[in-house]
Amino acid sequence: MQINTPFFKQRAHDALHDENLQTALAKLKTGFPEKRAIAVERMPEFEALRNQGRDLKNHIMEHLDLYLEQFETKVIENGGHVHWARTAEDANQIILDICQQVDAKTVTKGKSMVTEEIGLNDFLEQNGVQPVETDLGEYILQLRQDHPSHIIAPAIHLNLEDVSEAFHAHHNRPKSSDPAVLMQEAREVLREKFVAADVGITGANFCVAETGSTIIVTNEGNGDLTQTLPKTHIVVTSIEKVVPTLEDMTLFLRLLARSATGQEFSVYNTLSTGPRREGDQDGPENFHVVLVDNGRSEMIGTEFQEMLRCIRCSACMNHCPVYGAVGGHSYGWVYPGPMGSVLTPQMIGIEQGGMLPNASTFCGKCESVCPVKIPLPKLMRHWREDEFQKHLQPKAARYGLASWAFLVKRPALYRCFTRLSNWLMRSWAGKKGRLSKLPLASGWTDWRDMPAPQSQTFMQAWKQQQKTGDRS
Amino acid sequence: MSHTSSGPRVGLFVTCLADMFRPSVAFATVQLLEQAGCRVEVPERQTCCGQPAFNSGDRQTTADIARQTLDAFDGYEYVVAPSGSCIGMLHQYSDLFDVSDPYFQRAKSLAARAHEITSFLFDVLGSSALEAQLKQLRFEQKVTYHDSCAGLRELGIKQQPRQLLSHIQGVELEEMDEAETCCGFGGTFCVKYPEVSNRMVSNKSHNISNTDAQTLLGGDLGCLLNMAGKLKREGKPIEARHVVEVLAGMTDTPAIGEADYYRAKQL
Amino acid sequence: MSTDSINAQQPTMHSNKRSQTSRRDIFNNIRRGLKADSVDTQRQQRVTNRLSAKADNLIPARSQLPVAEQVALFKTMAIEAAAELIELDNIEQLPQACCDWLTQHQCKQLISASTPVLRDLDWEPLTQQQINRTERVAQAGDIASLTTSFAGIAETGTLMLHSNAHSPTTLNFLPDNHLVVLHRSAIVGSYEEAWKKLRQQCFGDNPDQQLPRTVNMITGPSRSADIEQTLQMGAHGPKALIIFLIND
Repeated sequence: MQINTPFFKQRAHDALHDENLQTALAKLKTGFPEKRAIAVERMPEFEALRNQGRDLKNHIMEHLDLYLEQFETKVIENGGHVHWARTAEDANQIILDICQQVDAKTVTKGKSMVTEEIGLNDFLEQNGVQPVETDLGEYILQLRQDHPSHIIAPAIHLNLEDVSEAFHAHHNRPKSSDPAVLMQEAREVLREKFVAADVGITGANFCVAETGSTIIVTNEGNGDLTQTLPKTHIVVTSIEKVVPTLEDMTLFLRLLARSATGQEFSVYNTLSTGPRREGDQDGPENFHVVLVDNGRSEMIGTEFQEMLRCIRCSACMNHCPVYGAVGGHSYGWVYPGPMGSVLTPQMIGIEQGGMLPNASTFCGKCESVCPVKIPLPKLMRHWREDEFQKHLQPKAARYGLASWAFLVKRPALYRCFTRLSNWLMRSWAGKKGRLSKLPLASGWTDWRDMPAPQSQTFMQAWKQQQKTGDRS
Repeated sequence: MSHTSSGPRVGLFVTCLADMFRPSVAFATVQLLEQAGCRVEVPERQTCCGQPAFNSGDRQTTADIARQTLDAFDGYEYVVAPSGSCIGMLHQYSDLFDVSDPYFQRAKSLAARAHEITSFLFDVLGSSALEAQLKQLRFEQKVTYHDSCAGLRELGIKQQPRQLLSHIQGVELEEMDEAETCCGFGGTFCVKYPEVSNRMVSNKSHNISNTDAQTLLGGDLGCLLNMAGKLKREGKPIEARHVVEVLAGMTDTPAIGEADYYRAKQL
Repeated sequence: MSTDSINAQQPTMHSNKRSQTSRRDIFNNIRRGLKADSVDTQRQQRVTNRLSAKADNLIPARSQLPVAEQVALFKTMAIEAAAELIELDNIEQLPQACCDWLTQHQCKQLISASTPVLRDLDWEPLTQQQINRTERVAQAGDIASLTTSFAGIAETGTLMLHSNAHSPTTLNFLPDNHLVVLHRSAIVGSYEEAWKKLRQQCFGDNPDQQLPRTVNMITGPSRSADIEQTLQMGAHGPKALIIFLIND
């Protein structure tokens, strides 16, 4: 997928002026967060579950190699195949090879952010295999040659009219603006695709080391049709998704739906273990798991290891005031919101991804709702440290910071500076009490007034009082 | 000076914004502390908590500033500031030092002693410490309260200022929608991403003016300057003040960003 | 695991090499990051212990109620998830109940699992209404299916089903309506109890056995909110989920 992350500001500007998007974002702001709050209210143990979730993920990452080995062994014992992909290119090539081996023409796909991350659809298409997205949102996006703007509600940026037009253009049916009719239409069109597909590709929310199973969590049932009907099922997932046992998976399932959509449980939680068994009347004959790394193994042992706890619930973006203002496409690549602001620089490089960890007020809302308590602001700050060390920040910002630091570290000099600036601002403001323009601060004064200092600085006034003993 | 009290010796961390923009906030803090029986001192060697450097990724400078602040506040029983954000920063100092560095332990000790003012009054000194004094005050206003992010989520400040305000006669609190949502200030964020910040503060302004409040209160000057600046730019008649000004009965000064009528008359 | 046995699993030489190189690099990165030795017995022991203990994590209080309350909770939660609940006194009432439901919804066809407990029932009521009952896998266009379920989980009103020779998975997803039999005695409080029950059934005393190819946890009918954030029932899976709760 094309990387547009360096253009965050321009994209944010466009997003802020896109009325349809703003309507959708306003709806999102009250939708998921309110439902999550109710679900959390109904589960008094939720905080304790979050703590356990964090601790268990930490344990897993400290033993990641061993759990992966166990998972691999079990998948193979069950008659499945395990493939390892260090890079996106490796993953795409491996998946294409499997498709070509079974002479696949079309591939149905369940929702998978990892396949977005590796750009699988484009790669398959270029090599003569037609991928068909089957998650309703993803399907709409594919028709529009668009990309997800949210990790669990991919078409959140589109309105009813957009969907209606896309279906009308591709389905050869009368145009409808009734969501129920549109969904029925997609259901009918995709039923044919499900049945015709040679290969079904899904992601996995977790990989269970104990049993060699993968699990998908969905509401539509498309993932289940994707992985049950074709002869070959390929699970494309990433290495940090492994969990030790079914009980451990269960801990995360309790956290996942509540954090994501505010549901008590998603409609379909489906475990897949190997290919169909002797006597089974349906199910895939081949079962492949492609374990994608794409930079994750390099996060182990660094300050970013904590990010590998992420279970992709989307609570951080649902609650983020920046995401809520500009939407997911502003982030310019696959993963938006706070989790994307930490993950994207890891995957596309801080040189290109640096806009994202800076696009945060560190308000901490994301961390406060994260089901595995990832300290997202702290991790974004680590990226800023990386940028600082590599001198990647804009010159003006670097020199500004250096000059400020010079003063702040010299209290006496700093007092002279504050007295002077205080006096200047008060003089400019005159009787008004505020400034509508201020040199070097147009970022502020273009949008809001700058309240002028009330009087001389506190330190000046305090000193005078100490001398005179006047405390009035 | 009435430093004769035998109460705890408190070092006031003024905060750079109160020093520069709103000395009345620092004076109000001093007054509240003294009313509560504390002996207040203002160490000369303090400047800023270091957050701009910390959040810009400059750990070295942050550590230098942390050392300076740790030196300045050595020996005080408590360190109190009229800001959850700056106190939150002080609480993070220990992350800047290696465990073997003597400043590490000093930073740990500072974190245990450093408190935001409303939390100090309510949680440390006890809910009844200032009750009698507060009950003598009168502030006939409908107010709404913005929960600043660092105070709320790092320090758990939510009920403390509200409880303290509830003792004052005449104050009526009307909660706004999304009181806990960030105002878009975010330190350097507001100038690095001005348009996004503007959207956030516009939402805030909208939620504030959807109440019947005449005055917006908060516990952090950064947020208050941002919100007051937006309210004024939009020509809204709502005034903004730091909560300590009301708690200390120091509301005779013009609100944040308001014309200084008294001074205007003099000129 | 020897490298040879992995090689045998790879599709082509080219991919095979990629996967092998990747595997080596990934494990090297992880072990370097963790400063871990591959033969660190302490780490290995911790992993072995966790895998064999299969210990419960925190189970919410609501999932540890007395049996009667569990059943009540199951019903409440299933209905909240938009499932339809029909209670029967015994399994013999099932054919008539199916018949009533199908007639009411103008369905002339029922695709059924061949599970003996279903097969052995007297399906005369369907015949009388000229409703065709067939045992096969599901196909696109099927209107209604009937299966049993392995467990009901009270915590969220969730059904657990698994694939086997009698119960193909497509029956749970392709037809427009999914009719499921759940015995009251199969209702458990938590997911954990269901896992233990499943392990008992699949593994018995032999831990080398496998789980079934597919284990489904189903909570209400299919839905999507992908069109303008408006929740619509019946996306790709069944539009209706009907639970026949047998109170025997």
